[in-house]
Formats: sequence, C-alpha cells, structure tokens
Amino acid sequence: MDVNEFEVRAHALVTDGTVGYDQKVRRLAALATEMLPYPVISEACEAALDKRVICDMYEGNAPFTARYILPDYEKALAQGLVHLEMPPPTDLDDALSFLQIMYTHVPSVTTYPVYLGDLDKVLERFVTDDLTDAELDRKLRRFWIGIDRMLPDAFAHLDVGPHDSRITRSILRVERSLRQAVPNITLKVDPAITPDDLVEDAVRTVFQTGKPHFVNHPMMVADHGERYAAVSCYNSLKIGGGAHTLVRVNLKEVALLHTGGVDSFLATTLPHYVELTAELAEARIRSLVEQQHFYDTHWLATEGLIDIDRFSAMFGIFGLAECVNLLMAHDGYEEARYGHDSRADALSRRVVERVAELVAQRPMPYCEGGGGYCYLHSQSGIDLDHEVTAGTRIPVGDEPGMLEHITTCAPHHRYFPAGISDIFHVDETAVRNPQAVVDIIRGAFVSGMRDFTFNLDGNEFIRITGYLVRKSDLVKIAEGEAARHSSDYLAAGSESSYHLTQRAVKRVGVAERSPR
Amino acid sequence: MNDHSTGLVASTIPFSNVDGPGNRFVVFLQGCNFDCVACHNPQTIPGHAFEGDHPPTRLSVDELLVAIRRAAPFLSGVTVSGGEATQQAGFVHALFTAIKADPVLQRLTCFIDSNGGCTPETWRQLAPVTDGAMVDLKCLDQQIHQEMTGQPNGEVLASILQLQSLGLLYEVRLLIIAGVNDDPALLRRTAEWLGAIDPNMRVKVIGFRAHGARPHMPALVPPTPDALDATAALLQQVAPFDVCVI
Repeated sequence: MDVNEFEVRAHALVTDGTVGYDQKVRRLAALATEMLPYPVISEACEAALDKRVICDMYEGNAPFTARYILPDYEKALAQGLVHLEMPPPTDLDDALSFLQIMYTHVPSVTTYPVYLGDLDKVLERFVTDDLTDAELDRKLRRFWIGIDRMLPDAFAHLDVGPHDSRITRSILRVERSLRQAVPNITLKVDPAITPDDLVEDAVRTVFQTGKPHFVNHPMMVADHGERYAAVSCYNSLKIGGGAHTLVRVNLKEVALLHTGGVDSFLATTLPHYVELTAELAEARIRSLVEQQHFYDTHWLATEGLIDIDRFSAMFGIFGLAECVNLLMAHDGYEEARYGHDSRADALSRRVVERVAELVAQRPMPYCEGGGGYCYLHSQSGIDLDHEVTAGTRIPVGDEPGMLEHITTCAPHHRYFPAGISDIFHVDETAVRNPQAVVDIIRGAFVSGMRDFTFNLDGNEFIRITGYLVRKSDLVKIAEGEAARHSSDYLAAGSESSYHLTQRAVKRVGVAERSPR
Repeated sequence: MNDHSTGLVASTIPFSNVDGPGNRFVVFLQGCNFDCVACHNPQTIPGHAFEGDHPPTRLSVDELLVAIRRAAPFLSGVTVSGGEATQQAGFVHALFTAIKADPVLQRLTCFIDSNGGCTPETWRQLAPVTDGAMVDLKCLDQQIHQEMTGQPNGEVLASILQLQSLGLLYEVRLLIIAGVNDDPALLRRTAEWLGAIDPNMRVKVIGFRAHGARPHMPALVPPTPDALDATAALLQQVAPFDVCVI
C-alpha cells in the first residue's frame, strides 16, 4: 500500500459515522501495519496470495501477537500476576475482578481475548457451600454484563464441562436471562460423564441465546490432551498455548486452476497449493517469533501463563463443496453434488484425507503444540468470500435432511483437531422437545463428530461462522448506526453479501476478519 | 393367519421431534378408517389419493430395520403413525417385536400415534411390545365427531380409557377447528372427562392449519393463537394438565 492509498483509507475510516470510536482506533492500527513490508515469501506464494487462492486472514503485514492465545487462567489465579501487580485472589469477588482485569490485557488479532477460561474449573474453588445459587447468579450476572460491555466481541469465548457444576448451571441461567451476544460458550460433552439433563439445560439455552456450542470431549482429549479449550469461533487449541496464525487454502480456486482429472489433482495441483499455504504459514510464524519476538517479550510468556511449546498454527481449508462439484463435473458427473451423491461424498473424503496427509508431512517451525506440524482446521471464512462455501460445509440452502447432513459431515471431523463446524438447523418445534436435540447431539458424537452447533429457526440470534449477532443489531448497521460489538460489522458484511435476514435464515455464509 | 412381515407404508422420516418423546424415526402407514375433514395426510385415506403423491410402498420389517438402524444412534425411539397405524396392527406388532429383539435397537422405545378407532383386542395384542401411545380426540361430542371424521367416537373414548389402564397413554391430542369443536362448554366437558382419567395428563392442543389439508366447503378456519391459548387456559382451570399448544 502506498501513502496515497493509506491516506484515502484512513480518511474514509475516521469520517465513517457508522464506525464507533474504539473500532476506529483498532482499524487504524490494523491499517498502519499494512504500511510495513510483508514477511518474505516466494513469487509463487505471493501470486497465489494476491489471487486469494491462499489466504492469510488479513492478520496484517507484521504479526506482533499470536492469533489465538489461551492463557492458563488457573495458574494465573494461583500465582497472581507480576506484570499487573495482582496478588492471587482469595474469594469469588476477587477472582471475578482479577479475571476481568486480566482479560483486558490478553492480546489477539481482534484485540480482544478469544479465550476467557474454563470457568467452571477456574472458579470452582471459590464457590463455597454457604454461597446460595441466587447469590452466585447475581455475581455472575454482573460479571457477564461486564464481559459483554468491556469485551464487545463475539469471539471472546469460554468453556464449561464435561462435569456438571453449580457454576455451569448458573452460567446457563444467566445466559438465558441476559441474552447477550458475548461471551461465546462451549459445553464439553463426554457421554460417560456429562449428564443428559445438563446437555438438555444447554439445549434450552441455545433456544434462547444460540449458545453454547457442543464439543466431543473424548475426541478432543485424544488429540490435545485434557488441557484444551474451544475458543473464538470454535477453534480447539491447547490451554497455555494457542495458534500463532491461521492460513487457509481455497479449494474451489485450486480446482478451477486445475486441468485434468481427480488423480492428477490429488497428485500434483493440490500438493502444490498446500505447500504454498504452508510456506505462507511458516513466513508468518517466523516473523512473529523471530522478528517481533512476541514470545520473548510478552508478560503472559515470561510469567509462564503461555508456553510457545504449546502453540502451533492453523491450516484451514474452505470451498470443499465447490471443489468436489467441479472435479465431479470434470469427470462427467455434473449431477453428483457434494452432500447428495455417494460418489461426491467419497471424493470429498479423498480430498480431505489428502490435505491432512500433506499437512502431516510438512514440518512447521515453533509448532511443538501440534507435534511440529500445523493443525488442520475447517471453519473460517471471511466476509469477502463470495460464491464459496465455508470449510467443508454443504452450501447454504443445498443441505440434505439432518441425518444425511450429519452422516456426510461426520467422516471429516477426525481430520480437524483445531475444529470444524457444520451448523445444523433445528425446527422451532424442538423447543417443546429439547430431548430430541439431546438425542441428536449424542448421536452426532457417537458418529464421530467433533463439533456440534445448531441454530433454532426464528431465533433473534444468527450464528455466523461461530460467533453470534442479533438480527436487530444488523438492522441498526444497515440503517447507518454505529454497532456496539466489533463482530457485528463482520456479520453485516456477510449479511449484505448473502441477504441473510431477508430469507428464512438457516445459517450464514462466512465472516471472520475483514481487511478494511 | 395373515402375513404380517410386510406393511403398506406411505412414507418414513428418520428424524421427528413432534411424534413422541425425544427424536424419533416415524413410519407413516397407508390406510385409515377415518375420513377427517382436517386430515393433513389425506393421501393416506383410501380413495383420496391424488395425482403427484409419492405412492405407498410395501416394505418388509427387515427393510424398515435397515433404515431405522442408520438413524438409531440419534433416536429415542420409533413411532408408527399414519394413516391409522392400528389398521395394520399385525405389521406394527411384528415391527416392534423385531426392534425389541435386536441388540442394537432394543433401547429404542416403540410408540403408536393413533386416531383411537380400534378394538380393545387390538390394544391388548399390541401392549406387550408397545411403550406408549398418542391418541387424537377429535371431539367428545358424538355428533360433531361423526361430522368431523365420518365415524362415531365410542372406540376412541374406550381406547383412551384402556391405554390409561395399561399405562401406555403418553398424550391426548385435541385438534381445534374454529367454529367446529371449540365451544367453551364442550371444551370444559372434554377437560372434565380427561381430568377424571388423569389430571396430570399430557394434552396437546393443535390448531387446525390449512396446509396439507384438502379444500373444504365452507372453508375450515384455523383458530387464532389467542384462541388456542384460551383453550389451554380453560383446560388447566379444570385440571393441572401438562398442556402444550402448537
């Protein structure tokens, strides 16, 4: 970007009446890093990046924070914070205050923390028997309002489960009464540990607020160990670690660039672009670690609350549906669509398996959290993605019935330790029969699904990739008012691309980080 | 003895959240002994099939089990509906018996969705393999019931009583059509009759919707949401029913 373009864009931003003060400050900072040189990459990599065949999620030219950071909050509360001069808290009020202060100092690419802790475990020892449920609700309610107003970003995410607890029950009650977009929540479900009535309580909460998300705890533990969490829009990473960066490859574009059949796609074209994506990841990781020295300098690292050895990078794919349909059409099977044809579904598994194999063979520096390799991920999209489906999803409006949908998606899930989201649509009739949704969640996990998320038709909340917005807030942006949550703007970009509020909303296209 | 290993099936759906507890596989059987003016599946009534409908198919118990097994991890159970399920009671019995004999499927509950128009002997035969039943009560008034369904309601009332005594009555459904069966005095009598059987009964109040039903002269009128809420309130004045309005 040259100075003239910078001036034009900075001027447009500071004069934009629909963007609030805080958002202007943050976006100006992001704009400024675009004036710095990009990490050194090959010409082929740069060309693929320019054409958006591969994508860096517009994290900026000189990454100076890890993308996703999962501080070890249990350790922080036990040892206190030197940098912030906070002694270890001794009661619940002090613990909540401690966390609230700490959250505002945890960096991420959104500038807001993407992980707020496994709150049931973090707070458990502070919830004493003499504290009534009503008192607990009142304290958490105050804390919850603080999170939404001070961290107005729906990627701010906390986890509970798999064990039942008074805190988890209280969180679900507070969620239902406040109906806020923030924080985002995940319930870890272990069929052997998590009681049905807790899952049902969570399902009832989804009916009200679109939260929580459900994860297959045993499957996550097998990949990450016990100390993992789902953060941001359902990225599963190690606690005390995280992800340096997220790069992704647009499989639709790769298929469009390919001439020939499936075999040469898998043997030549796909590996070429996977390597370019990996090259991009490596360049960005080295810039963050070796140039900006994030892990040598940030207090979270120096105080032992994060450890670079628990980090990796996320390697994302998207546009699988279009990729498969293009390859099938090339072979003369135009009618064989992903999600509707067993041949197309079998091909989708071959493509995903091949990407997984390639990523597992490509060593990546500073990625000990992933055993020296990237984590495969299928979630992200941005508000500029057009005519391409997020991750490995079946395109919006083209989904088969739920059983077919689940059985199509489930075989992919084991390949994506860093998370995969297929968002399911549940009829409003389920409100009178939440056990039906509990049945489906349990079945989904038995079938090998890692993540399960559903939207209730007719809900005020719309789920974008993995974060929530209120329809009423989108209407406000459309009418030229400044929004309170930063994530609302990203959703508005998706909304205007996909006209989501104008049709029967099932689930949304995509949106994560807009470049402007 | 008839061969009960196959049934005439109008359609199946792998997931339903409105046909009994939890998520259920539903088998809609072809054929009905009632001819309800408000029927949402009129193609299942003999003589009413019309062009463009998915034709009924004869399926074996084994063929259904294959489909049920695929959905089984996601289910609380299986519901047989219709049409009128009890018109093919032998097939229903064979299907439920097979489910309960299958090591993977035996955890599933087996429910019947019925118009109640069958003999006490039918329920006696089905009871050992059935876990619950939902019964429609179109109208407590004999005359109105006859007009709405083409049949008297004696068997329906007897079925509700019998299923309660067998411990199998899961839910009674009241389909409300404005101006036809929504007279408050009639609804009060209905509530008193049901309340005497079980004051805590699950009662589902269903507003008639034109979607799916045949055209009718004069046109049938859906009740307003307020009217349905008033119906629910009226029922609960009589007994502490577990009322659900849809």
